Amino acid sequence: MSRVLMLLIGALAAVTFAAVVLVAVPKALLAEVKPPPQLKPYTAEQARGRAVYMANGCIYCHTQQIRDPAITTDAQRGWGRPSVPADYYYDQPHLLGTMRTGPDLFNVGARLPDPQWQLLHLYQPRALVPWSIMPAFPFLFELKAQAAPGDTVVKVPAPYAPPGQVVVAKPEALALVAYLLSLNHTYPSPESARPEGTSPPKGQVAQGGS
Amino acid sequence: MSDSAAARLSKEDQQIRENVEEVARYDASGRRPVLLSFYIGLAWLLVGTFFGDVASFKFNFPDWWSHWDWLTFGRVRPAHLNAMIYGWASTSMFGVSLWMMPRLLRTPLRWANLASAGILVWTVGVVVGVVLMLAGVTDGLEWLEMDRYLADPLLVLGAGLVGASIWRTLMDRQVKHLYVSVWYVAASYLWFPVIFTVGNLPFYRGVESAAVNWFYAHNALGLWLTTVNLGVIYYLIPKIVGRPIYSYWLSLVGFWALAFFYALNGMHHLVGGPLPQWMITTSITASIMMFIPVLAVGVNQHMTVVGRFGAMRYSPTLTFIVLAAMSYTAVSLQGIMTALVEVNRVSHFTQWTIAHSHVGVYMFVTFALFGALYYILPRLIGREWPSAQLIRLHFWLVAVGMVVYVVGLSIGGVIQGLDMLDPAKSFQTSVEATIPWLWVRSASAVVLTLGHLVFLYHTYLMVMRRGPELEAPPFYAVKPILIDEPAPAALREGGRP
Repeated sequence: MSRVLMLLIGALAAVTFAAVVLVAVPKALLAEVKPPPQLKPYTAEQARGRAVYMANGCIYCHTQQIRDPAITTDAQRGWGRPSVPADYYYDQPHLLGTMRTGPDLFNVGARLPDPQWQLLHLYQPRALVPWSIMPAFPFLFELKAQAAPGDTVVKVPAPYAPPGQVVVAKPEALALVAYLLSLNHTYPSPESARPEGTSPPKGQVAQGGS
Repeated sequence: MSDSAAARLSKEDQQIRENVEEVARYDASGRRPVLLSFYIGLAWLLVGTFFGDVASFKFNFPDWWSHWDWLTFGRVRPAHLNAMIYGWASTSMFGVSLWMMPRLLRTPLRWANLASAGILVWTVGVVVGVVLMLAGVTDGLEWLEMDRYLADPLLVLGAGLVGASIWRTLMDRQVKHLYVSVWYVAASYLWFPVIFTVGNLPFYRGVESAAVNWFYAHNALGLWLTTVNLGVIYYLIPKIVGRPIYSYWLSLVGFWALAFFYALNGMHHLVGGPLPQWMITTSITASIMMFIPVLAVGVNQHMTVVGRFGAMRYSPTLTFIVLAAMSYTAVSLQGIMTALVEVNRVSHFTQWTIAHSHVGVYMFVTFALFGALYYILPRLIGREWPSAQLIRLHFWLVAVGMVVYVVGLSIGGVIQGLDMLDPAKSFQTSVEATIPWLWVRSASAVVLTLGHLVFLYHTYLMVMRRGPELEAPPFYAVKPILIDEPAPAALREGGRP
């Protein structure tokens, strides 16, 4: 029995140790993080849009994190200051992302604040950005012979406009745009929000926590 | 080595010389769940390949099939990953584990029907998860997309039932010594339910959700896919080359170092990101420490085969398994390198990561499973593979396809990463730089698809008894240079029961 017992205990010890270090301790430490006053909880509409963002896998091409300027040029691209834990206070789950097939969206609401631009870009990215390889999302829109009152019509330019029909944004598209426009973290970095014991070592993160 | 080793054989070691009838009894004890998991796994291989192809071509034709939300890129891509990880790889790994353990423990499989039930429950869970994902229902975390209420409990239950069968068999073992494969396989069935459950708990928020995400995703690779397949490699290499594993001590070091260091690696996916720096530093350190288990395993497996690489010409299993073992070393060294800040700043967020993950999940895990299937299926079905030609064709298609895939996409990823780091270059430059390499990827995806179709067709021929019946295993028809004993004995030992 002893060898099996050793395997059982050793294996569970290894995974428990990792779970404590990478899950339990951070949970306790990050519990002290407070949301910056400028950061607002998502409205119902924005939260619905966030669900649309998740459902359609935007995360597989877009990040929502600005990395340390000591090692990257994210800030020089105009994507914003480095993000800190407090910026994500209301995010459940996180949508940090691992790919930049498309640009970072951490501050897309500040960079591209025009809802018409966003709607058209979702309907047909290449109508605005000819070199884009982003998929089009026509299923977030409906084609109508003519717009009804209250419809949000997307003005689609020539080669992409459906002949004789108007493109109307579905509620999902409007919610998604509301979410994208809410991605605006241009307020100053919440200095006090960094919990104790998590300050970056000197030289590693030039402005990560400040 | 073999002469002196034989002299040092303990009494128990001598008893390990099993006979064909005995091994056949162990194989028969798990036949049903093992075959069940292989058939289901192969069906997932086809499904996952389809999703992978669609996802790849969507980069080349972004307006292709865009009217149907079920096949938008952002749903097909996770469907590909989940079908491959939880469908193809994990389900096949159940089969490999259930087949290997009775042999290693010298006792028939216990609770075989429970294991079959577990495989079916697991499969229902994956089907539910993937269908919901295509319908737009997802938990939103990479590797953890499947719905945490409808799909995930079925996965935990399914893996738990298979694990129960494996641990019950372990309790009733008829050997004192536990071979290294037993540690890897048995421990994996403890680790997976733990990490999968921790990863799916619903109460993480903000960056802690990111930490848990990568704690899980990296360990799904490290403490599940890697460990079971290292167990397979450790079992099959000595079996085929006909010599014992090079060093017991190295396998011990490799196992425990992997268990403790790999488990801490996950945060290197967030280098430079908005996480407490100590977490990322911990993971970078643990990633560098992975040198120890990787070298231990690599040296151990290499030294077992060394001088007998020629045997790869005769055994498709050995061909796949040896390449899988080498890929494990390669992907791990690549992973360690990528965890370093200087490399990570270029490679992160680019197609390099996709290439890297395919070295791991394809050239290591999938190759190991192909090798295992070539070895196990004839022994369970009682028939040889009908055609050596089809095996060769399968091998060359997937090997060439995947090498082209990895080399192409890695180059594209590095160019993309360097472009993104150059503030003088527009983002457009980094996108356009990848386009030729994304075409290379799609072309290699077609080649890989052909390889999978050949393999599935060949399996169909064998299972349905449609092909010609061979007297001896196809690649052993030529006198094996690998085994010291005379060929007929070797054939009997290596052949089907």
